[in-house]
Amino acid sequence: MSDAPEPGLVAGECPAGHLSYPPHRRCPDCGRPREGTVDLAEHTAEVVTWTTVHATPPGVRSPNRLAIVVFEVDGRTVRALGGTTDEVAIGDTVRPVYVEELRDPEAGVRHPDSQAWDGYRFEPVDTPG
Amino acid sequence: MYGDGGERVAVVAAAMTAFGERDAWIRDLLAEAGDDCLSAAPLSPPAIDHLYVSNMASGEFEGQTGTMNALAHDLGVTPAYAARIDGTSASGGSGLHAAWQSVASGASDATLLVGGERMTHRSTAEATDVIASLTHPVEYKHGITLPAFAGLTARLYLDRFDAPREALARVAVKNHANGTDNPHAQFRREVDLETVMESPTVADPLRLYDFCPITDGSAALLLCPESRAREVADSYSVIAGVGGATDTHVVHERPAPTTMGAVRDSAATAYERADRSPDDVDVVELHDMFTILEVLQSEDLGFFEKGRGWAAVEAGRTDRDGELPVNTSGGLKSKGHPLGASGVAQVYEIHRQLTDTAGARQVDAEVGLACNVGGFGNCATTTIMEVPQ
Repeated sequence: MSDAPEPGLVAGECPAGHLSYPPHRRCPDCGRPREGTVDLAEHTAEVVTWTTVHATPPGVRSPNRLAIVVFEVDGRTVRALGGTTDEVAIGDTVRPVYVEELRDPEAGVRHPDSQAWDGYRFEPVDTPG
Repeated sequence: MYGDGGERVAVVAAAMTAFGERDAWIRDLLAEAGDDCLSAAPLSPPAIDHLYVSNMASGEFEGQTGTMNALAHDLGVTPAYAARIDGTSASGGSGLHAAWQSVASGASDATLLVGGERMTHRSTAEATDVIASLTHPVEYKHGITLPAFAGLTARLYLDRFDAPREALARVAVKNHANGTDNPHAQFRREVDLETVMESPTVADPLRLYDFCPITDGSAALLLCPESRAREVADSYSVIAGVGGATDTHVVHERPAPTTMGAVRDSAATAYERADRSPDDVDVVELHDMFTILEVLQSEDLGFFEKGRGWAAVEAGRTDRDGELPVNTSGGLKSKGHPLGASGVAQVYEIHRQLTDTAGARQVDAEVGLACNVGGFGNCATTTIMEVPQ
């Protein structure tokens, strides 16, 4: 929901309890209309995979470290894509940190007013043991 | 009228331009392939009922829209019904699907399909961004690119299936070797494993030679009912089955990130329509926009077990002289990838193989398959072709 008034890493929830990030009008799993939302920003996640990109588009940091992470919320899982603040490895625990502008909205092909440019990158969390 | 629905559809002529850096812009590229295809057509005069143009982004790349009407006029085929088909990088396959439907349904007795893209006037960063504009806003804002998705997926694949990095490099080595015999290919030179493995990192763990180039080019096919092809053509190939499918738009939402669901599902439809199985297929064109994609598709099309496609490449099973030649054309990797043209050019290659006109690339084949992928697997088409029975 790009028009959310406050920042959040907002996932959609359907009547059957399926989570999706980003939210869709109907649940990608079962087609039911979206019912509620869950903010993932308060949760930690685990790195599923990562890459470091050295050929980045206009207005994007270089190199650009990106990861797909998986959150577990009340026994359900939901994945998200985002940049990482540092190097990460598969299986690392990370937490979302808010960034006001993830790339220069004026530099790419997409109209700057057509979408939000703030969001969350993932920061490694030191886990005991 | 030949068809009244349920017709088997034949390809009676095929053409493609040189792929690479071209002086021509989109209108002339499309007209070049379309003109060559009509010149090779056995239909005289080639009265075209439907014209489809496969193209992803001529408006974004060069500011030319309405390409289907421009082409209808330039080829003198008005008042044919004309439409532009966008399936992003699967626009060619999507156009083939539409063209096949038009003939199979009886709506058209002769359909011309022309796919093309003009890209090289843009810098790599700009072209990459135009293509990345197909992504969801929550992906785009992070600076995602299609090569970035490939890096994310390749890392997971190598980790999960304990595959060596070199196996992906061998896809590039194989396809460059095949491309040396394709007069239309952008790159006609071999590369060795060391060159691939030591090329600059683009999206870790993938390197420059894991990626296809940015390309200008066009390709065209002429389709008609098989009953008509039998009357007019000395040789032709038959579209036995076509399938198209979608997967999630947002890539990270896929339950099995190393499975290309749209490939699997489009193939299931194509195999069913063609009454064929993977075992029947003799030659294959896959969408190797990135080396990892050829491996994933070879598994999701049912040729190799999930997680073992890399081993088939390493063992040479997909070499031109192997048991299942993959990308005899050189693939997107060496032939080049003018987005809207690629799916059409894949079918061009299969048509050449099935009509014994592939020259130095010729293999022994009676059934061929082409798989064209849009986005990072957002959509896909699978086309199964065979020699006339």
